[in-house]
Amino acid sequence: MDSLIIFLVLLSLGYVFGKLAEGRHYRSIHAREEMLVRLPATSCKKPMEHSIPISHAELVHGHVVISVDYFKQMLAGLRNIFGGTIQSYETLLDRARREAILRMKERCPTANQILNLRIETSSISKGGSGDRIGAVEVLAYGTAIYFQQASPSLSHP
Amino acid sequence: MFVSNIEEIPGKTITTCYGIVSGSTVRAKHVGRDIFASIKNIFGGELKAYTELLGESRDEALGRMKSQAQQLGANAIVNVRFSTSSVAAGAAEIYVYGTAVTVE
Repeated sequence: MDSLIIFLVLLSLGYVFGKLAEGRHYRSIHAREEMLVRLPATSCKKPMEHSIPISHAELVHGHVVISVDYFKQMLAGLRNIFGGTIQSYETLLDRARREAILRMKERCPTANQILNLRIETSSISKGGSGDRIGAVEVLAYGTAIYFQQASPSLSHP
Repeated sequence: MFVSNIEEIPGKTITTCYGIVSGSTVRAKHVGRDIFASIKNIFGGELKAYTELLGESRDEALGRMKSQAQQLGANAIVNVRFSTSSVAAGAAEIYVYGTAVTVE
């Protein structure tokens, strides 16, 4: 009986706080994506404008570790029995990837473009029988390039 | 030191190639962080301690790769790749590799 109560408490805690955290995170992602929309990140190896000479380039990376809440873990466990898409994990990975890209962009706010963007996902401590932490790490990295003429905000202070 | 993950340093020309350079670190988090992370796992959200840990080890791996390139006499590294793998429960290996070159 006791374990059932603990289980239900954990489930409801996970549901409430997980939902709140996800909503908050998505709002912050949308706001920051709008701010950084002028810095495009592409998976191409050449810049989109060939004519503009490049002054310098650097490697930038951003990463984040996000865990799934207890309720979603249970939901995914149930889904595992019947099969089908696990929507709760889809949003988790979507959030992690967008956050990683945003953090990478925030490291080079004055860059003009990011080339050869690569995204790598790895799950942390999966399957360890002792600690079952359902968390993913997403790493985004690319080459930030700066065009020769200074960006408008710098040349006209 | 110029570093990029494409085959060249944009705006420069490669003159000499020295071959592969790499850096790696294996790190474990301490028990306190593990316990905190498992509590955080009930509520969901970012695990800041782990993010920090992986960031530190990635910077260290990058630093090791750069010093190896410096020893060879290179001034740039091209085509850099990252890879992460968990070797044991609670420990992660970060591996960074690239090609050391001289650019002008």
